[in-house]
Amino acid sequence: MSDTKKKKDQSFLKRLTSNQLFIPLLALILLAAINLIVDPSFIKVTPGYNNAGNPVLSGYLITILDYGSELAILAIGMTLVTAASGGQDISVGATIAIAGSAMLRVLCGGDSRPETIQAPIIVAFLVACLVGMLCGAFNGLLVSVFKIQPMIATLILFTAGRSIAAWINNNELPIVPDPRFSYFGGFIPGIPIPTTVFIAAICIVVIALVLKFTNLGLYTQAVGINESSSRLNGINPTFIKFLAFVILGICVAVAALIKVSRLSTINYSVIAKDIEMDAILAVALGGNALSGGKFNIWASILGAYVIQFLTTTLYKFNVQSDALAAYKAVVVILLVVFSAPKVRETMGNLVKKVAPKKEVA
Amino acid sequence: MKKKFLAAVLASVMAFGLVACGSSTGSAPAKTSGGEGGLIKVGIINNDPNESGYRTANDADLKAKFTKENGYDASFAYSLKNDEQIQYAQTFIQDDVDYLLLSAADTAGWDSVLQDAQAAGVKVILFDRTIDADSSLYEASIVSDMAKEGQTAVDWLASQNLSEYNVIHIQGVMGSAAQQGRSGALDTKVAAEGNWNIVKQQTAEWNAEKAQQIVQSVIDAGTPFNVVYAENDDMAKGAVAALDAAGITHGVGKDVVVMGFDCNKWALEELLAQNWNYDGQCNPFQASYIDDIIKTLESGGSLSQKTIIMDEKGFDATTITQDDVDNYGI
Repeated sequence: MSDTKKKKDQSFLKRLTSNQLFIPLLALILLAAINLIVDPSFIKVTPGYNNAGNPVLSGYLITILDYGSELAILAIGMTLVTAASGGQDISVGATIAIAGSAMLRVLCGGDSRPETIQAPIIVAFLVACLVGMLCGAFNGLLVSVFKIQPMIATLILFTAGRSIAAWINNNELPIVPDPRFSYFGGFIPGIPIPTTVFIAAICIVVIALVLKFTNLGLYTQAVGINESSSRLNGINPTFIKFLAFVILGICVAVAALIKVSRLSTINYSVIAKDIEMDAILAVALGGNALSGGKFNIWASILGAYVIQFLTTTLYKFNVQSDALAAYKAVVVILLVVFSAPKVRETMGNLVKKVAPKKEVA
Repeated sequence: MKKKFLAAVLASVMAFGLVACGSSTGSAPAKTSGGEGGLIKVGIINNDPNESGYRTANDADLKAKFTKENGYDASFAYSLKNDEQIQYAQTFIQDDVDYLLLSAADTAGWDSVLQDAQAAGVKVILFDRTIDADSSLYEASIVSDMAKEGQTAVDWLASQNLSEYNVIHIQGVMGSAAQQGRSGALDTKVAAEGNWNIVKQQTAEWNAEKAQQIVQSVIDAGTPFNVVYAENDDMAKGAVAALDAAGITHGVGKDVVVMGFDCNKWALEELLAQNWNYDGQCNPFQASYIDDIIKTLESGGSLSQKTIIMDEKGFDATTITQDDVDNYGI
């Protein structure tokens, strides 16, 4: 009887460790544990009022949810791009600048200090979506049709994007006068939870529905695993890759809305700086192969929040913000090491060796 | 065939990117008609006006001053790269300009080209940034004293007579002249005074979003503070966004004193509305100083001093006027 129980235990352990959500969840629990041990007030969420007199919740957890959301949105698109093309888009930060700049151009009508907004926010957002999709389509075209390495193809917009963004607004830094615009990156009056959480939730629901009711997920995996065999099975790999980049373009536009809304203005050279690296890290942390193929979008989204958790923790421990990247690099190294087949094999053997010893003792 | 097409596409994209980078006047020194009677020929090498609000104002100021009406025949060249700037300088020297005005991207590497300039009889005037070269190689340099900017701001803060100073210090890109000058004054004061404490000292790298997160983390930790000392306006804005979200009042007579630098117009408007308390100027308007120097040199006079440090003000929200916003906002 104990034999079957042991087997059950082992298979449970195996199932757990082989689940893609295992690594991000483990990281999340580790981070939470460290924080709780050092400072138990970490999980405290306090209600209060902001300067506009609206009820808001505040605390580290709310901050993580707030800032992690834009990363989660980007992680959705980045996962699809990674899975389909086997490469990453490094132009995300620059295209956020472009989409955000286009949004401000529409809202402010080319005037850097308008009295009122010149177009409804929804119109500006749709224009930003269009611009984001165009940038995505440009990257997608280079990758899918011209077969350029994704990292090289997106290097173009990575380099030129911020200058294009500055050019869209004639190098002016427009300020949106309407307080309603700041709701997207802040709080809607009367609702104490950051709006970004709702925006991320909407994006997650949409992508969940798309994956459930269309073949997008299956086709993307097929193309990522073996392009020529998926072509032989009637899938158009060029289109699937192109589509992945366009979807990332929409994610970029949504993230741009949040980013620009936070301060109601834009700074072309620093907005969303280095966010592409965090988005790629989220995908990697989610246990997705960066060489494409099988993917788990939920693991990436969880990975995004874990990264924000890490960032917030580092800020809390007074780590210099220009050193944050170094700590993230450590995470990358650990990830790479633990996901290497050789290490996994050794670890597996180790677990097997340890398990019976326990039984004896 | 395919590869060639690809190369063409990439090249055109790159070219487009370059066009977007450069300003409307083009990024290469344009050969001017030259030899027009009475005009003083100047070549101006500056950093890319897209770099920041400061640079945009700086470039606009120079363009407004060095016009044909004011007796100048000016050519402009922009680059953020030192080697490109040196090339432009060589072109200008070959063009036989009378004066070479230079805001160097990097402090090093200018000796040989400036020696060429001297041999060709071109007078060099540095503005905004100094270089590591022998001072005999240039006529004058007109610069901001960042340490003085910081000192003015800290003196102002000390004059507020708060019973206790718990400062969130948000720094610029570490190692930049502006960061060193503005941090130095505050660090010295905090070390000297018993009731001055740094609650948090972090670099936000001139980035509003990072500043917002840094201030947010101090608020989340529940540490009390009453001063935000941000080394530029953008970062002060980010900090204020975090304060607003947490319901912490800021400005004249409120809980938190907000300080910024650079005197962007929108920042001075915040001062006027008493949402911020102080903004230190970093003067981008060097053109009139340069104009004076050239006039002096042309009339055969000599300069009393080689390094000219510009007057820079600090604005207090309680005394700032709409005129100040219009005159000093960039």
